[in-house]
Amino acid sequence: MALIQITDINKTYTQGKIQIHALKGVTISIHSGGFVALAGPSGSGKTTLLNIIGGLDTVDSGTIIVDGHEYQNMRSSQLANLRLYKIGFVFQAYNLIPVLSALENVEFVMQLQGVSSKERRSRAMKILDEVGLAEMYHRRPHELSGGQQQRVAVARAIVSNPSLVLADEPTANLDSETGKGLLMLMKEMNEKKNVTFVFSTHDPMVMNYASRKILLRDGVVVDDV
Amino acid sequence: MMYFQLAWRNIWRNPRRTTVIFIAIVMGIWIMISMAALMRGVADGMVRQAIKTLTGEIQIHHQGYRNDPVVENSITDPSELKPILDQLLPQNAKWTARVRVNAIASNARHSSGVTLVGIDPLSEEQVSFIGKKAIIEGKFLDSQDTHGIILGKALVEKFETRLGNKIVMMTQNTQKEIASRAFRIVGIFKADMADTEKNFVFINLPEAQKMLQLDRGISEIALILPKGHAIADMAAQIKSRLSSSYEVHTWRELLHALSAYLKMFDKSMQLWYMAVFIAMGFGIVNTMLMAVFERIREFGLLKALGMKSVSILWQVLCESCLILVMGMGLGNFLSVLTVYVFNQKGIDLAFLAKGAEFVGMSRIIYPNIGWDDLLIVNLTVWGLGMVISLYPALKAARFSPVKAMSYY
Ligand SMILES: Nc1ncnc2c1ncn2[C@@H]1O[C@H](COP(=O)(O)OP(=O)(O)OP(=O)(O)O)[C@@H](O)[C@H]1O
Ligand SMILES: [Mg+2]
Repeated sequence: MALIQITDINKTYTQGKIQIHALKGVTISIHSGGFVALAGPSGSGKTTLLNIIGGLDTVDSGTIIVDGHEYQNMRSSQLANLRLYKIGFVFQAYNLIPVLSALENVEFVMQLQGVSSKERRSRAMKILDEVGLAEMYHRRPHELSGGQQQRVAVARAIVSNPSLVLADEPTANLDSETGKGLLMLMKEMNEKKNVTFVFSTHDPMVMNYASRKILLRDGVVVDDV
Repeated sequence: MMYFQLAWRNIWRNPRRTTVIFIAIVMGIWIMISMAALMRGVADGMVRQAIKTLTGEIQIHHQGYRNDPVVENSITDPSELKPILDQLLPQNAKWTARVRVNAIASNARHSSGVTLVGIDPLSEEQVSFIGKKAIIEGKFLDSQDTHGIILGKALVEKFETRLGNKIVMMTQNTQKEIASRAFRIVGIFKADMADTEKNFVFINLPEAQKMLQLDRGISEIALILPKGHAIADMAAQIKSRLSSSYEVHTWRELLHALSAYLKMFDKSMQLWYMAVFIAMGFGIVNTMLMAVFERIREFGLLKALGMKSVSILWQVLCESCLILVMGMGLGNFLSVLTVYVFNQKGIDLAFLAKGAEFVGMSRIIYPNIGWDDLLIVNLTVWGLGMVISLYPALKAARFSPVKAMSYY
């Protein structure tokens, strides 16, 4: 069974009197282990789709099943738990809690999960080493470069071995070299730990790393290769 | 632990804002406690004053005297009371017997209604304000003074008389006859209130008994218990040992108006706490709301990471709690220090003594605060502080993650 099974979802935003049909009958199924790019012009519905997969936003119709959980009847606290244990997030920017160091940011999710302090410390250190930030444990987010911040975010997203990482334009704020580095890191983690990545992007270079490209336009899937 | 650490760092993100709330709380507590202490000091002073002004803490009368304080309602034989009091009263308790009667004082030029009090100088001095210390001219009574009388300064001035002059007292004796007798002014006393000086004149107890043909009779026994002794309990004990021809009252029963005032006082204190708190509360809510709205994105992130709304609520409450507790710490320290300093020195109201007399305040006020006052202030500030923090906390918990994350 697919890790993500989305069937015929519709999403409309109402802004004043205007209705924006952000997703129109989208059906996608993504298997475990994929490295999937969501592409499409601005306003095509990429962020909306990622938010819906992550349980951060709701749909008007259609069904979403992630890792065997059907969203329709889940309470917000259950969705929060699903995110906590199964889904990692990487956003375009402002991913980190500003008052916590890199190490503490990575530990934070495990802290919410109730992992013992000794274990979370060693796991957080290990993962930061893996993403190449061994020297940066104790730096606060504002003491890190944009690329380093995104690496911490990736480390945090995968540290508790989720089934899925959702990344909304993770490279958009980075120069192309740094963006490439981050993407290679994500790819490496995808292969090494068998974590499924779904990420959105405008950037053709970024799309080339994907094992599958889903192209959205005006809330409709127009291509899937 | 996680909440605490995050909260601690979050409140120092904007040190200036935190300092503002912190100061508001410190000031609030300080004002609440200091003013409450001052008010309590005034109330205590009024009670102390009233008790010293011939009330005592407990009084024993003959049945009916309170309703109709005439000589006929006197205690005819106080000797049966002495063994009972000696047995019941604790070691350091003081008591005295008096004759008290309405009289007309007159000299060649003036006359005026007064309260003529026959006292035993030695024991009276232990129980009430009148004694050697109150005398500003002449001397206090001694048992040899068969014709000596002590007048208040205000009365002496009113009568345009002076030490050594004669004054005539006229009253009704037990036979309902007019009894009148001349006394010589041997001492002049000063009291906190001019009313006291105008109202009371003192002579020796046996002379009063002779004049009224009371034999050994007295009007009242007034007593003072050692500090901290339960007055109402003792009054009840005394009552249970006496026959129904006696009445026993505590100062609370004797001073109706003052007791009523004290009851009202507790209420007004609570109102006062509320008033200060409301001012402070607005400050807290506003600043916490600012702190929350500044971090909308962050709360969105926390939700995306899998933090539940309840936990976010706790997180914000934890921040409020930290600031509150810190502010309360310093506020209490400053307040207790202030109250202590002024309690030692007392606040002399001489500069407004004329006004103070009207309401029966004593001239020197000793601000005072009880543990219960401290507890109420702190519970009010902390409890209500947490309650009003619920508002910003709920706001933070309710941000929808999507909206929060798209908020730059
Ligand atoms: N909260 C919202 N309220 C109203 N309209 C919204 C909201 N969020 C998104 N939309 C609209 O829904 C459509 C899809 O938006 P979405 O953010 O998913 O696009 P996107 O593909 O992520 O675009 P971009 O590449 O610019 O990030 C757009 O037309 C957008 O204006
Ligand atoms: Mg987007």
